[in-house]
Amino acid sequence: MPVFYGTEVESPLMLGTALYPSPAIMAEAFRASRAGIATVSLRREGGAGQDFHALIKGLNIPVLPNTAGCHSVREAVTTAQMARELFGTPWIKLEVIRDDDTLCPDVIALVEAARILAEDGFQVFPYCTEDLSVCGRLLDAGCEVLMPWGAPIGSGRGLNNPYGLRSVRAHFPEVALVVDAGIGLPSHAAQAMELGYDAVLLNTAVAKAGDPVAMARAMALAIEAGQLAHAANPIEARDMAAPSTPLFGMAVLG
Amino acid sequence: MKITLNGESRELTGPTVQEALAQIGLAEAKVATALNGAFLPAPARAATTLKDGDALEVVAPMQGG
Repeated sequence: MPVFYGTEVESPLMLGTALYPSPAIMAEAFRASRAGIATVSLRREGGAGQDFHALIKGLNIPVLPNTAGCHSVREAVTTAQMARELFGTPWIKLEVIRDDDTLCPDVIALVEAARILAEDGFQVFPYCTEDLSVCGRLLDAGCEVLMPWGAPIGSGRGLNNPYGLRSVRAHFPEVALVVDAGIGLPSHAAQAMELGYDAVLLNTAVAKAGDPVAMARAMALAIEAGQLAHAANPIEARDMAAPSTPLFGMAVLG
Repeated sequence: MKITLNGESRELTGPTVQEALAQIGLAEAKVATALNGAFLPAPARAATTLKDGDALEVVAPMQGG
């Protein structure tokens, strides 16, 4: 099971808490998925925050607060500080966004915010791209986890750049790696695990499915399958056929 | 005094952040605060005095991905 900053979590599935049809369905989806971590956010208190806090405490799994929506280093750092106090955890899913159409991380600001937060004792989970230089800079800044995107948040497009994600895995074999965002189908999640990633973080694919509870279960099974497959050392793909049935001993009939 | 509370102009007597939170019914609530864009830790609320024109953000746990 994945280990993040010395803490082993019980499942490689990290599940978001947003966009579900109801709080009851959200809780049921978490039970069905047996997710190891729940991601949460901070928003202006308009009356709903206290009930939500009780709901996530009832899930009884570690929470990972995010800095979703932040567009600057200052915003992200202040949000992280508030999250640490509110949720009582040094974990922070660090998001700093520049482009609102793709929600692509602003990797320059991300590295700067990560450095400030790591120096302040935070354990940073940066939502990043699959760029090796950016990933290296984040590790230099003090990150021990990297979370490259599969595809833009909420797009459900799967792994846009399996080659890039495989490169990150190969370059940083000892770093905990999470594919964060872009997962639409269980097969996408399985593919991430087959690449050797430690975990998958998803939200929309479950919450916006017609049956979120069933999809949560499907994701859990796919992630387990991908994890087993990676550990089983899959065969290499090849261009030409290679018969699996023995040719030796075949009757001469024609 | 007039402050901006979560983006809306409000007349609160304060004078401390802790007392302002009580005035809006959040004395015991699970919230975090930022004053004029900077994090204000909970233990500092009682000793932090608001002044006219301050911007106070009060946030709570919410759904997120």
